[in-house]
Amino acid sequence: MQELGKAELNTTRIIRQDDNRVVIEKDLDTEYMVLSMGPQHPSTHGVLRLECITDGEVVVEAEPYLGYLHRCFEKYCEKIDYPAIVPYTDRMDYLAGINTELAYCITVEKLLDIEIPRRVEFIRVITAELNRIASHLVAIGTYGIDLGAFTPFLFCFRDREIILSLLEWVSGARMLYHYVWIGGLSYDVPADFKKRVSEFVNYFKPKVVELQKLLTENEIFVKRTKGIGIMPAEVAINYGWSGPMLRGSGVKWDLRRNDPYSIYPELEFDIPVPDGKFSDVGDSLSRHLVRALEMDESLKIIEQCLDKMPEVSGFDPRAVIPKRIRPKAGEVYGRAENPRGEVGFYIVSDGKSTKPLRCKARSSCFVNLSAMKDLSKGQLIPDLVAIIGSIDIVLGEVDR
Amino acid sequence: MSSSPSLNTWSDALSGFTLGGFPLGLVIVAAIPLVFIALYALTYGVYGERKISAFMQDRLGPMEVGPWGILQTLADILKLLQKEDIVPTVADKFLFVIGPLIMFVGSFLAFAVLPFSPAFIGADLNVGLFYAVGIVSLEVVGILASGWGSNNKWALYGAIRSVAQIVSYEIPASIALLCGAMMAGSLSMQHFNVVQSGPYGFLHFFLFKNPIAWLPFIIYFISSLAETNRAPFDIPEAESELVAGFFTEYSGMKFAMFFLAEYGSMFMVSAVLSIVFLGGWASPLPNIGGLALNDMTNGPVWGAFWIITKGFFFIFVQMWLRWTLPRLRVDQLMYLCWKVLTPFAFIAFVLTAIWEIYM
Repeated sequence: MQELGKAELNTTRIIRQDDNRVVIEKDLDTEYMVLSMGPQHPSTHGVLRLECITDGEVVVEAEPYLGYLHRCFEKYCEKIDYPAIVPYTDRMDYLAGINTELAYCITVEKLLDIEIPRRVEFIRVITAELNRIASHLVAIGTYGIDLGAFTPFLFCFRDREIILSLLEWVSGARMLYHYVWIGGLSYDVPADFKKRVSEFVNYFKPKVVELQKLLTENEIFVKRTKGIGIMPAEVAINYGWSGPMLRGSGVKWDLRRNDPYSIYPELEFDIPVPDGKFSDVGDSLSRHLVRALEMDESLKIIEQCLDKMPEVSGFDPRAVIPKRIRPKAGEVYGRAENPRGEVGFYIVSDGKSTKPLRCKARSSCFVNLSAMKDLSKGQLIPDLVAIIGSIDIVLGEVDR
Repeated sequence: MSSSPSLNTWSDALSGFTLGGFPLGLVIVAAIPLVFIALYALTYGVYGERKISAFMQDRLGPMEVGPWGILQTLADILKLLQKEDIVPTVADKFLFVIGPLIMFVGSFLAFAVLPFSPAFIGADLNVGLFYAVGIVSLEVVGILASGWGSNNKWALYGAIRSVAQIVSYEIPASIALLCGAMMAGSLSMQHFNVVQSGPYGFLHFFLFKNPIAWLPFIIYFISSLAETNRAPFDIPEAESELVAGFFTEYSGMKFAMFFLAEYGSMFMVSAVLSIVFLGGWASPLPNIGGLALNDMTNGPVWGAFWIITKGFFFIFVQMWLRWTLPRLRVDQLMYLCWKVLTPFAFIAFVLTAIWEIYM
């Protein structure tokens, strides 16, 4: 037998047999199918379009197409005053409004010469951590639904309702708060706030345990998420991942410890990093575990803040806000630890105007999603859904 | 034929009933399970599922339409009847239309051998169990037809997964049922019930007569979940991945047909499970001393009550499982079938055979 040549992408071979016949051999012909997990899809967490090229059920490549929720945030920033930008930052990551507002406000405060009152800092941290818990509840609940577990979603949302009504009590809005202002807050917390928040903390602690038992320790859930979408630590750092994604890959990096802001240095809390005993380091189950354990840590932070918060009679949270916010000339990058990762704002100010020259928003989800093409190679379609759910994207932040 | 002279009195009487040469009685015999499916799917099926799932999820479910929302399903059916019946222009029209019909027929035909009561069975075949297991395979053709005919890649995915799942899980299901047939000594559905009825109530049930009977019971229960595409095996309808799987493109009455077929299959597998292992229409209450509970609760009407109650109980367990567990991935599903359930089904078969022969 003598091979005479190959043709058609190496699937066809031309062979001369031993009895001098020439034979053409073809491999079984399979076609790739282009499947669009289109903008309207129950589990792409928003208007994300994933164009998957699949060979049967195996995904050869999945490329994310973005921009369906682009609202020109950065262009708007050039046209409006610094304080007026705060509601727009809310709407970027709408599930973690307070955290994003906080990131923006601490960035602008770097260019101003004011000192934020301690009580303001404590209230900012309490509301930010409450919002972090609410955001993680959505992430966990929707992850369950993506995998077919319908019930944990409702349990998560029942608890989230309590947080949302607490935040509505404080700021007037359930989801898009406009609460953290540059240099302070919009309102002080009501008189009974401490009592209601500690009631919630005591109510919620056993609920976290219940959620773990229902979802995380469920055998089927573990089988669906363990070993899926493994991202090694170096690759994650090279991609620029942050937040629970990076911690899920085993890197102990949290901006509240590594680049502290506000009063986080005074508070005691752990950074949960999975060690590979229950899940493989870097897989979807690790990322889910990080979020579930972070809720416990946030509860700890809230308890400490409630204890340490100074009581000031006749407190005005707008006391140190300058009448006209005109930061000095310069460029500054400020970042904060959002529930989804590092959200940063790069602000260029020319010192004379009340509008920024340029405000760039560094979005955590956008960077986390950029690794999608790598993560999806060779996965099955249900695994693709499991991976997207573990990345926990909010399209408002991805597209801005 | 039937082994006891008092069996099938009602269905035999109805079969002989003709109205001027037209076999009206046979039509009534066929209509009774159909009406039963419709009524049960309307009340317990849809309404019960919504209420049960709601209470498990810490919410209330339908409350607006009628007191406690009991008229909700009626309102939904009326709405579905009025909906525009869309057939996509690029769809294969014949396959698209015939898919749900075949699926419903496959599900409904199995009701012919379900003994609703000692006095009533559609057709008392002496291979009743074999027929019931085999006819459900007709659903596979319907699923393929609707998946391919929809001209939609997602629907095709769902259809292919569903076919693989149903065809594979028929094997452990059939072997588990064979264990029950070995214990009864016959494949006739009425015979199963007759053998399991007696003065000691539930102690006659096959589940308790045999130390190994729990194994085929569990194997059949799990396989039946896969046969009817219920969670955790609801990959074909996986809402979060495939929108709605093979019935994505269906609207209006055709969608209702799929639903009725699914609820019909649910009841059928629950009924088969209770017939083979839990006595069917035989009463579970024993005759205790002077209180002849078993004799009091046995009879044509009582029989219907028992089999429907047992069927409804297993449907409740199926719904309970659906709302608690996430779904298995396709390859994990197939692994479970071929590498776990089938070997254990064979082991159960051998052990049951040994028990039957030597004890």
